[in-house]
Amino acid sequence: MKLAKYRAKLAGKKSGSKAAALQMTMPKRRARLSGPTRSAGAELRSERELRGTIETVLHLAKTAGAEETEVHVDEVADALTRFANNGIHQNVSEHVLTVSVRTVIEGRTARATTNRLDEDSLRGVVEASLSLAHSQPTDPRLLSMPGKLRYGRVNRFIKATAKLGPEDRARAVRRACDLAVKKGQVAAGIFSSGQRQTAVGNSRGLFAAYRETHSQFSVTMQEEAAASWAKANAADVRAYDPQKLAERASEKAHLAVNAKELAPGRYTVILEPAAVLDLVGFLFYDFAATALQDKRSCLNERMGKPLFGQNISITDDVFHPLQQGAPFDGEGMPRQRVPLVERGVPKNLVYSRVAAKAAGKKPTGHGFALPNEFGEAPMNLVFGGGEASLEEMVASTDRGLLVTRLWYIREVDPYEKVMTGMTRDGLFLVEKGRVAGAVRNFRFNQSLIEMLKNVEMLGPAVRATGEEAFEMVVPAMKVSGFHFSEVTKF
Amino acid sequence: MWDLCTNALETARLRGATYGDVRVMHLRQRDLTTKNGQVGTLAQSESIGLGIRVLANGAWGFASTDRLTREGVAACAAKAVAIAKASALAKRSDVVLAPEKAYVDSWQSPFRKDPLEIPLETQLALLLAADAEMHKVKGVTLTETSMQFRKIDSWLASSIGSRIHQRKVISGCGIGATSFQGGEIQKRSYPNSFGGQHALEGYELVESLDLLKHAPIIAEEAAALHAAAQCPEKYGTLILAGNQLGLQIHESIGHPIELDRVLGQEANFAGTSFLTLDQLNRLKYASPIVNVVADARLDHGPGLGTFAYDDEGVPAQCTDIIKEGKFRGYLSNRETAHLVGLERSSGTMRTESWNRLPIIRMTNVSLLPGMWDYEDLLADTSDGILMDTNRSWSIDDRRYQFQFSTEIGWEIKGGKKVRMLKNPSYSGITTEFWNSCDAICKFDHWTLWGTPNCGKGQPMQTMGTGHGAAPARFRNVRIGAAFAKE
Repeated sequence: MKLAKYRAKLAGKKSGSKAAALQMTMPKRRARLSGPTRSAGAELRSERELRGTIETVLHLAKTAGAEETEVHVDEVADALTRFANNGIHQNVSEHVLTVSVRTVIEGRTARATTNRLDEDSLRGVVEASLSLAHSQPTDPRLLSMPGKLRYGRVNRFIKATAKLGPEDRARAVRRACDLAVKKGQVAAGIFSSGQRQTAVGNSRGLFAAYRETHSQFSVTMQEEAAASWAKANAADVRAYDPQKLAERASEKAHLAVNAKELAPGRYTVILEPAAVLDLVGFLFYDFAATALQDKRSCLNERMGKPLFGQNISITDDVFHPLQQGAPFDGEGMPRQRVPLVERGVPKNLVYSRVAAKAAGKKPTGHGFALPNEFGEAPMNLVFGGGEASLEEMVASTDRGLLVTRLWYIREVDPYEKVMTGMTRDGLFLVEKGRVAGAVRNFRFNQSLIEMLKNVEMLGPAVRATGEEAFEMVVPAMKVSGFHFSEVTKF
Repeated sequence: MWDLCTNALETARLRGATYGDVRVMHLRQRDLTTKNGQVGTLAQSESIGLGIRVLANGAWGFASTDRLTREGVAACAAKAVAIAKASALAKRSDVVLAPEKAYVDSWQSPFRKDPLEIPLETQLALLLAADAEMHKVKGVTLTETSMQFRKIDSWLASSIGSRIHQRKVISGCGIGATSFQGGEIQKRSYPNSFGGQHALEGYELVESLDLLKHAPIIAEEAAALHAAAQCPEKYGTLILAGNQLGLQIHESIGHPIELDRVLGQEANFAGTSFLTLDQLNRLKYASPIVNVVADARLDHGPGLGTFAYDDEGVPAQCTDIIKEGKFRGYLSNRETAHLVGLERSSGTMRTESWNRLPIIRMTNVSLLPGMWDYEDLLADTSDGILMDTNRSWSIDDRRYQFQFSTEIGWEIKGGKKVRMLKNPSYSGITTEFWNSCDAICKFDHWTLWGTPNCGKGQPMQTMGTGHGAAPARFRNVRIGAAFAKE
């Protein structure tokens, strides 16, 4: 996703969005190309074409006087079928290619981006970058661009996903809607699929490219005043079954009818993976070295000290089989696996090249495309999991709440990492080891630091997808003492 | 551009579309930031492409492309029709559109100084100077500034014969100072948090903000907040500054009145609304002094929600939303207007870019000014809390229960601000809150605030919305819940 657009989301006031709440910008993901240059069903340009565009721009930049140049080419071919009230109401596709150029001249750098590929426009974007660069003071932190590098291999381009068409999506949606009609419910959701690729090259010979497919099915089932929800997301559309997701949401929506009101307070909660994801996702920028240098991380003065429970370990690992994204960062540096938290102790941070130099460390390949003020962030978080199933968590609970997902999560206290938000789409009372019935949604105000000290049980780590954080690999969690502060009307 | 549009519409018609509208959009943007005295982001971007929306077999399809050639555009239109026909495999009923006239027009938003023509050195110098002023203050550990400028040209053509060109110039600017001390992070922003103030104006917006005057003030406040008293927990009287009230309006009025949300079209993502159709003209949404409009006309002000025509070619309008406390109107489009007995769309379809489908969005959803002078309002308040500049915001998926916190608060006793408060927060139920409003300041204190990045839709799109607000007072509000000790 484009940096500026993602930045807007993160800082934005909105209905609620995956990136918006994170108050950060994220880089576009980059990865080394693996697989054939033009896959069956692919709409994307070939790697040769991307390389050609990069080389054209590098040549234009050299002619224009740039001392160093870096070029990003990003291409997205996406489609999304949206349904509500048991029918398709929106159905869209897009195909976007952008060329983004960073030039360096006399210790200054700036970036310009276009989606026009003719030579005049490419010359124009080079000149715009140089003009911006000339207009600013020199930057003493600016480093020379890296040269040729090697990257780990990942293969996430799946033909079955690339070939999915509007009729395929419409048929799957029709089946989910027919289920809803049969059950006297109302279905809403999306089925999306697409492919994207990214390449970066610079005037010192670096070149990296990556492509992947992606797909997602999300369904909300409504019955009377109740609703529930299920969602899955994977590079391989065959990794999940939309109809099974619809059946699960339908079952839970039926259970969620006639919700009773409970008093706010502290409860033991069983958080499904999507609920865990949308909470812990807010920690990601706290592991950025730049955030600590700026003194705006909850890990300031806490690195190397026990902070979470001993059952909490977190790694950033782009190579994990359940992860997606490029194995290189915004400057083309290879992404490293970084153990961030080991047995509850925050041990390591991620570093862009500039932050690494300032700290006397090695870069970890997590930097955003320059120039930017945020530095870097881990983008492929993997939490250590356990063995407990949701059923076992429920069976072990004398009184608690089973939480499907959380919503509109925002940061209240950045140092104690107190987050607020709502439960949504199925909140169930658990009593004496059984699900006893639905309850009205709560607002929570909960410190993530405190929460991760109180994790009693962990499920296996799975690829989780929600709406407030980008996808991560996280387990379901049973947590004691979760603070619900107010109740809403449904 | 018109030839491309005509080509797209004709291709769609030949392929079986019964309606089509096409938008070519050219977006140019400049982003500048500084942090701790150094330039952060310095970037310029440009994007141009075409998006076409069609009805075929009674269902919608949309496709977009940046290949602006006859062949590229024709292929895009054909794809849109194919998608519409696929949609028809899972439709429940045919789409019906409220009638609208065709318009042939051209409009440009007024501005005095083109921000993209102002030398970059001038813009950076101002940001770095403001940054330096904040950085001088002891206790400040992080300083940030930003400017953002956009110029958007759109060419809309429809199969009913509309040909509308619009150009908008948008500017935004803000500064912030953060202080980390004693295990606490406090921040102050000017003129608003999360990027500052944004409006349909040129560089004159930036010049009007007087950054250098306000930079040391907010820096001092950021450092001073550590020693301030914690905002108490209680039910009490609350005065909201205009910038915070703008966001309150956005979340608890602007979103629930979106008719697509009411009709379940956003159920999977943004949620639904408590404003079911039976509430129209019946619900006592707010106290009788509260009047809210959705007004996209330039007469209302150069807000982020101002335009001449919406993105399906319907002219800008003013719609009563709340009139003397009663709920009177939704935000609608040509597809939904008839469902609430309207003969015509209220003109609120907007799209972020050429590669996104227009959807119902807020325009300028504003609380009309009241009668109070601000100083008189404070003097009239014997015991209350004033809260200023948003810090966190959250609301449930039907727009009932909300919680906000702000950067700074002030305790008011006996009609005077007596002490600074830190970590202020308040919460409530939407209609209870708005019914507790008993005073609104007058036009002298009214600002058309800009929220630059409202997110909605799948795939997500962000949109600027405007919210006019003057400070207002609310009674018996739950205060301090976010930091409540149990």
